[in-house]
Amino acid sequence: MKVALQVTCVNDAMFPDTGKAVVRLLRRLGVDVDFPGAQTCCGQPMVNTGYLDEAVPVVRTFVDAFAGYDAIVTPSGSCAGSARHQHSIVAERSGDPALVAAVAETAPRTYELTEFLVDVLGVTDVGAYFPHRVTYHPTCHSLRMLGVGDRPRRLLEAVRGIELVELPQATECCGFGGTFALKNADTSVAMGADKARHVRDTGAEVLVAGDNSCLMHIGGMLSRQRAGVRVMHLAEILAATEVSEGETGGPAVGARAAGA
Amino acid sequence: MSGTFVGMPAFPTAAREALADTQLRRNLAHATHTIRDKRARVVAEVEDWEDLRLAGAGVKEAALRDLATHLETLEASLVRAGATVHWARDAEEACAIVADVARRHGADEVVKVKSMATQEIGLNEALEAEGIAAWETDLAELIVQLGDDLPSHILVPAIHRNRAEIREIFRRRMADVGRAAPDDLSDEPGVLAGAAREHLREKFLRAKVAVSGANFAVADTGTLVVVESEGNGRMCLTLPEVLVSVVGIEKVVATWSDLDPMLRLLPRSSTGERMNPYTSTWTGVTPGDGPQEVHVVLLDNGRTRALADEVGRQALRCIRCSACLNVCPVYERVGGHAYGSVYPGPIGAILNPLLRGVSDEQTASLPYASSLCGACFEVCPVRIDIPSVLVDQRAAVVDSHRGDRVPKAEAAAMKAAAWTFADARRLRWAERASGLAGRVLGRFSRTTLPGGRAAAGRLPGPGAGWTGARDLPAPPAESFREWWDRTDGGQDGDRR
Ligand code: SF4
Repeated sequence: MKVALQVTCVNDAMFPDTGKAVVRLLRRLGVDVDFPGAQTCCGQPMVNTGYLDEAVPVVRTFVDAFAGYDAIVTPSGSCAGSARHQHSIVAERSGDPALVAAVAETAPRTYELTEFLVDVLGVTDVGAYFPHRVTYHPTCHSLRMLGVGDRPRRLLEAVRGIELVELPQATECCGFGGTFALKNADTSVAMGADKARHVRDTGAEVLVAGDNSCLMHIGGMLSRQRAGVRVMHLAEILAATEVSEGETGGPAVGARAAGA
Repeated sequence: MSGTFVGMPAFPTAAREALADTQLRRNLAHATHTIRDKRARVVAEVEDWEDLRLAGAGVKEAALRDLATHLETLEASLVRAGATVHWARDAEEACAIVADVARRHGADEVVKVKSMATQEIGLNEALEAEGIAAWETDLAELIVQLGDDLPSHILVPAIHRNRAEIREIFRRRMADVGRAAPDDLSDEPGVLAGAAREHLREKFLRAKVAVSGANFAVADTGTLVVVESEGNGRMCLTLPEVLVSVVGIEKVVATWSDLDPMLRLLPRSSTGERMNPYTSTWTGVTPGDGPQEVHVVLLDNGRTRALADEVGRQALRCIRCSACLNVCPVYERVGGHAYGSVYPGPIGAILNPLLRGVSDEQTASLPYASSLCGACFEVCPVRIDIPSVLVDQRAAVVDSHRGDRVPKAEAAAMKAAAWTFADARRLRWAERASGLAGRVLGRFSRTTLPGGRAAAGRLPGPGAGWTGARDLPAPPAESFREWWDRTDGGQDGDRR
């Protein structure tokens, strides 16, 4: 099986450790994952803001980069949702039958990470070790657009040493919403403030989710509030093992990424 | 007013003001969560709920697909049953028809059953201009009317008020327009309802003309249906001599049996009740019983415009249950007024632009009033894919500006982003630049994220929108793709 990592533009530019964690995790599970260098972005920022024409070249780049792969794995529910549900709208708009056909190839082969692990590889215990108190926020697009259901939870429950605590009102949106976070910043922050309050109420040390963009929003609020809670992508917890925990004293997300 | 609150600013501005009202936020959070939980409980009881949703969507979709035919059938059935049918292209025509009926009967007042269509067309204001008082008889509508307020919810228009505020409104305003509130009025819900009942009874018994909407209009029988919870509707529909009903053309269903899924879906979705308390149906005039003169005003007011929109037309399936409002995280925090329309919340964010177009700034801001979380689609009893319509309406807004001589800053930014994302080499340059910025920030930043990563605190300029309340992680010195190239995909022993 030819497997490609679609790291996503946000992770590529802002959260490379998440991409590295996916690579480490998949290799550990025996998957020879490739990173097609021609990839850029799924086009979601343009589509969700209404710029469909602008999304056409971006979707074209996507289907070209991932042509020929059996599975395209992405550590983002939102980007998987965009590839599966929105690329066809953009392709239709372009009026280019070749693009429509190419999207019909890539769209059904795009998997969010937990879908790929549970449905394609058939694993829930990935051999991870993470001895921390953790709460999980199911992001809206994983939950409602993709319907990943309890896959992330089952993966987390199998992590050794983890103390998983329930997040109150977990299914409510955190308020990120892409350009919504800027266009309607006040409402976005009001939603984020309630989410942050629920996170603090759990007493968790780490907030985990399957989308770094939502985590950037909630984590940014928690940081501003000096709440003492860090955020981590699910992939980084699943990639952590006794060895990595021992070596680094906890896989701090991007601790040395900047200014190091 | 045609469905828009006059002078309302665009959504982000209106939302900012609403968010600052702590009482409002508390009232809304309490009320929406209560209805939301109640709905979830009664929906969970129905095993074949998803099938029922499909059936409901199917009934409305079938009616819309052949709307012209069904409307003609409806008109013929109504006329056969002794009703007078009027066609209104817009709000102005509809209001004029109602005013004319009232005037012909020398009425200086009408009693009203809660109706979205009459609010949409601004009927009360239009009648007032003609010297005709329109009395709302639904409890929540009465509160809004007495408080000189605007509705903020489709089903519970006074959702933004708590009972202490309602008591105040009753005490101060009831006497001006009829029977006064008793001196010892408390804020007990039962006592407040009792005061409203006494106040309204006079009006029911006196009025010669009633005005209603309809939840459904059955084409093959000519039957109109009103679904309500307080019995005030039934009073209006049976006591006065003359009844005028303003009905949006999308309310038509083909047959009587089509009501079956609709009447099962509606109460559970809207009030969280298993069965609706008062369901009134009437078919034209019944000699010697009820109103002896029955008018039906079939209203377009933008509906054919919406119908012509391939993606958006599904919004016409809406049965105004307001489940989407109650689960919406945006509505929950800002309330209904910020949407500037009698149709607030997720359905308002798509219906207003579909009915009116997106040429004015306020309406154009509505499709963006959503984080696209999808909670609305999940609860909608007629399966309107609101997130997809929102995105499509955003595209309509963007497309309407494509000819602008000076493009918006956002359009320029999106074009630049698209150019960068069209080619991985360009993205690599952009990431190098951001990595450089990250290094600088890393050196000077005095903010550290939990976990140890450097971050930006409050930034000036365009960054302020984000960093006003949220720290921003500093970009890493090395992007993922540079790491991949440098370490041959991590095979070179560089694990990090
Ligand atoms: S859009 Fe759906 S959920 Fe919202 S009010 Fe209409 S029918 Fe109800």
